[in-house]
Amino acid sequence: MMRAASHTWWMIMRQTRNLMREPIWIALLLIQPMVWLVLYGQLFKNVTKLGGFGTTSYVTFLAPAIVVMNSFFGATWSGMAMVSDLDRKFVERFLATPASRLSLVLSQIVRSALQAALQALVILVVALALGVRVHTGVAGWAVIVLVGMLVNAAFAGVSQGLALLTRREATMITLANFIGLPLLFLSSTLLATSQMPHWMRVAARLNPVNWGVEAARAVVLPNTDWGSVGLNLVYLLILCVVTAAFATWTFRSYQRSL
Amino acid sequence: MEAIVVEGLEKRYGSVVALDGVSFEVKEGEVFGLLGPNGAGKSTTVRVLVTLTKPDSGNASVQGHSVLSDPAAVRQAIGYVPQDSGVDRYGTGRENLMLQGRVQGLGRRDLRARVDELLELVGIADAADRVVQGYSGGMKRRLDIALGLIHRPRVLFLDEPTTGLDPEARVAMWAEVTRLAEREALTILLTTHYLEEADTLADRLAIVSQGKVVVEGTPSALKAALSGDAVHVELADGRVDDARAALAQIDAPVETVLDDGKVLVSRVLDGGRALPGILSALGAAGIGVSSVAVHRPSLDDVYLHYTGRAFEAEHRGAAVQPMRGRGR
Ligand SMILES: Nc1ncnc2c1ncn2[C@@H]1O[C@H](COP(=O)(O)OP(=O)(O)OP(=O)(O)O)[C@@H](O)[C@H]1O
Ligand SMILES: [Mg+2]
Repeated sequence: MMRAASHTWWMIMRQTRNLMREPIWIALLLIQPMVWLVLYGQLFKNVTKLGGFGTTSYVTFLAPAIVVMNSFFGATWSGMAMVSDLDRKFVERFLATPASRLSLVLSQIVRSALQAALQALVILVVALALGVRVHTGVAGWAVIVLVGMLVNAAFAGVSQGLALLTRREATMITLANFIGLPLLFLSSTLLATSQMPHWMRVAARLNPVNWGVEAARAVVLPNTDWGSVGLNLVYLLILCVVTAAFATWTFRSYQRSL
Repeated sequence: MEAIVVEGLEKRYGSVVALDGVSFEVKEGEVFGLLGPNGAGKSTTVRVLVTLTKPDSGNASVQGHSVLSDPAAVRQAIGYVPQDSGVDRYGTGRENLMLQGRVQGLGRRDLRARVDELLELVGIADAADRVVQGYSGGMKRRLDIALGLIHRPRVLFLDEPTTGLDPEARVAMWAEVTRLAEREALTILLTTHYLEEADTLADRLAIVSQGKVVVEGTPSALKAALSGDAVHVELADGRVDDARAALAQIDAPVETVLDDGKVLVSRVLDGGRALPGILSALGAAGIGVSSVAVHRPSLDDVYLHYTGRAFEAEHRGAAVQPMRGRGR
């Protein structure tokens, strides 16, 4: 267990270091969420007049959801790094060493989640500048970052699993697009649930992206229901464990295929 | 003592039989070569030995640890330099080595010193802090070898260590491998396409073809086992079939083993004596000869004899007819 943890740490260090060498990547990592926040914020500015948003400021409604959306999108791409490591036989090299097998998968998921946490903070700071106030204060910020990490980790597990099963970048891109937008629109990311048709509302309740959005938004708006925030966090946590297990299982099947 | 024992390995990939009962043994401290054409099963054998691939049947052990029942102990004992490098191209040479060392369980201080030592040893110290993407092929290969050595393994697996290197770098690499074998007291199993490489480096070698070891021994013993000489006749007009027919008429035992459209190779007991007969037979049939050479058995001939393919021709990508009359 100690070995798995320390190996995961070293693998994360390696991935982070490589990313740090990409100035454009860092810039986009930071700018992209801001673009979403500003763009959507302007586009839908007046939609709160429809009612049911819990606030009259659309950007306040939107900011926590952008954290989640960004985490989710980031996660759907996280498997690309695995595909590249598999392609370049980086993974194979470590399979012939005592390297913890778990660390090879887990490091990708944790790295992805840490990235999401960083982006969450950036979005929160930009939102603050745009006048968004997190009603529950510091605890609220912590919850939002945590939600960002959990949503990301949950879907990163899926993405890693698919990377290990398909080992093809083109397939990964297609799959990411295939699940990305539907899950986004089947959530209250952009619009209040009350504005959705009934069947969508039901579907949203089963959508993990929506669990994240609900939890993150609840701590921003007044009248926070901590019970339901906690419940959504637990759901996300369970999903993380399940998808990480899935990723680990696909890793074994990859090993068997060698 | 045996450092590597391989017993009846079999492995299929779908309908492709990659290994068809490979067996051999490597003594401690020995440099052992696996030589064979593309797709012979060299890499697959190595991959089983380094615990990457599970065989369908058979077993193998390294330093007394079974790859099937105790792969963890095998991984501790071995260094592996894969055919496809597997270095992190976006990291520096030093970073690659540090990560490899961490995962192999080396402590910080020991690891630092070891990394410096290895960078010197394989001669890439100057490039240590540059990103690997900018390395030349030879530098990358050196880094690969350093990565395989970081934890001072007892047994090193080199899968085509010099493929892709220019002749000069190749010779340098040979010197390095020899030096390492002595300095680090290593048992080395290397695979290669290069006969010269096997001849220079390997104490013993096995020729692998179609998933089987077809022959095994020291390079000199393998050469000695081939009695007779090889006569290479280069035909001026490429009338290979006519030439074959003409040679078949000769009384003396001349066995035409191969032609690649232009060069005919015949195995004879005594090259010097057989030559006049061969030339007059070709002359009588009106076949033009542009050059003739008599070769003492080389590893080339051993390779040809046992794999049924001419090494040279295969590497030129020319069409080669299989050897006739394998059992002489
Ligand atoms: N992962 C795999 N999936 C399917 N077939 C494979 C796989 N690995 C090897 N093979 C097949 O098994 C056979 C042996 O391959 P192997 O890589 O061991 O040959 P090799 O002797 O190393 O050849 P080369 O000199 O080209 O490296 C080949 O026919 C190859 O196509
Ligand atoms: Mg090979």
